[in-house]
Amino acid sequence: MAGHQAVVFALMALALVVGPFVVYPVFLMKALCFALFACAFNLLIGYGGLLSFGHAAYLGSAGYMTAHAAKVWGWPPELAILAGTAAAAGLGVVIGALAIRRQGIYFAMITLALAQMLYFFFLQAPFTGGEDGIQAVPRGMLLGLVDLRNPLAMYFTVLAIFLAGFLLIYRTIHSPFGQVLKAIRENEPRALSLGYGADQYKLIAFVLSAALSGLAGGTKAIVFQLASLTDVHWTMSGEVVLMTLLGGLGTVFGPVVGAMIVIGLESYLAQLGAWVTVVQGAIFVLCVLAFRRGVVGELAHLLRKPL
Amino acid sequence: MILGIPPQALFSQLLIGLINGSFYAMLSLGLSVIFGLLNIINFTHGAQYMLGAFVAYFLLQGVGLGHWWALLLAPIAVGLVGVLMERLLLQRLYGLDHLYGLLLTFGLGLIIQGLFRNSFGSSGLPYAIPSELTGGRNLGFMVLPNYRAWVIVFSLAICLATWFVIERTKLGSYLRAATENPGLVQAFGVNVPRMITLTYGFGVALAAVAGVLAAPIYQVNPLMGADLIIVVFAVVVIGGMGSIMGSIVTGFGLGLIEGLTKVFYPEASNTVIFVIMALVLLVKPAGLFGRAQ
Repeated sequence: MAGHQAVVFALMALALVVGPFVVYPVFLMKALCFALFACAFNLLIGYGGLLSFGHAAYLGSAGYMTAHAAKVWGWPPELAILAGTAAAAGLGVVIGALAIRRQGIYFAMITLALAQMLYFFFLQAPFTGGEDGIQAVPRGMLLGLVDLRNPLAMYFTVLAIFLAGFLLIYRTIHSPFGQVLKAIRENEPRALSLGYGADQYKLIAFVLSAALSGLAGGTKAIVFQLASLTDVHWTMSGEVVLMTLLGGLGTVFGPVVGAMIVIGLESYLAQLGAWVTVVQGAIFVLCVLAFRRGVVGELAHLLRKPL
Repeated sequence: MILGIPPQALFSQLLIGLINGSFYAMLSLGLSVIFGLLNIINFTHGAQYMLGAFVAYFLLQGVGLGHWWALLLAPIAVGLVGVLMERLLLQRLYGLDHLYGLLLTFGLGLIIQGLFRNSFGSSGLPYAIPSELTGGRNLGFMVLPNYRAWVIVFSLAICLATWFVIERTKLGSYLRAATENPGLVQAFGVNVPRMITLTYGFGVALAAVAGVLAAPIYQVNPLMGADLIIVVFAVVVIGGMGSIMGSIVTGFGLGLIEGLTKVFYPEASNTVIFVIMALVLLVKPAGLFGRAQ
């Protein structure tokens, strides 16, 4: 990690370790799940230039898989979350292979449409509980040792998962693989002419992003002991776009900041009903018109250092 | 009995399919026209369809003007809103990546739908069928409600008129030329920015017409366009945005297929269009009527 980025990372980790003693842990756990979700999404749009408008599919499917495994099959939480991650990855292979057949605007429409198809599937499928979702999912014992019903134990588990996911994404972006991905984003024909199979790279990035979104979704299902239709709805796909855009597309820390702001805003505005939608829409409009770098992107621009 | 299905049920589902198809056709036509010239996928389209229905509702409740006036006034009103949107907001994005247009129009859709949900809740408001079109006629094999017949005939007429203007008139030839090469058309003395604004207004007005027609069938609801627009995106991917006639045929065709699915395998009726989209992507990624890039 470049010097100043390591410092920022250390500060972030420190703040998150102290966090639960200052802020309500459940709020922080929610924010961390969404931060990981947004980072995974950012891997695709920020570095691959691919706007997926159906990322809720991976978050939500993993949630259902994890909840089902933990509740019905009685799996321990770590295996249940892994099952959810694997399910999201598998889904990513199928949807990704279809979506990368088109580019740009079509890519966004295809991912959105396929995610909507999954939404209807989950709405009707017998194992999802329809409108009720899967409730009362047991948190269980982590590795048979740690009781996750304890809020702090749960919190530090979530934090560990988030940091691991974050570092994995960081490694990916700064690896030769990440460089090729950026090259394809900037100029696909040239990358092709250099002998890189663009589709292969895009698909791998897509599956990785889907799997990490699934990791976030599975963790979220264990934390809230719930898997519901909200997480597969298109509004959720819009929300993760919003978090990433607000924090800064293509920045390392942006999605984390964006997720914190959006989740904070939502719990603050929770009583106001549909106004939340209006505020989200307004942030979209503002970001696109005047603030395309996002919070962290603007900061990085001021400091002239990548963040 | 036809294939074990009573003909009454079969034909009435086919009719509903055709109605949905006419909405798909009008909405995807608007999206294609807008995308051709602006290179923006208009995510606000669903909200603008909803606005059309609400303008009809306001006209009836507020000033007592019925369906016929609404068919004339709602597209004009919503089209003007569209013109303002293009002038004030969308115009700033033309040099940028197409994705920003998608995000901006998505945000605008959220704002409009949120505001209406605050004022009118999310349950539907009833809108009566115009008195001239109540009742139906017996075709022997089924009863055809007059209003539904009107929706199909009128939307087909609107679609064909749009096709005629774009493919067969001088105005349309300017439009097609500007889609290919705006710079060159501008150099010939055509005011391309104004054409872009009017095109956006026109595409939006088409959505409003669909909204007015939908009001008596689906009720007037702030979220009536939110899910519909996603299906229309799938329709657009299936048809490909290159061809006007392609949009019309795909829209009506997919409506019919959806109707048939409701008869033979109702569980899949919500998803059949998305499944077809996946199949088309596998076989012909550019869409049925699209040109490969």
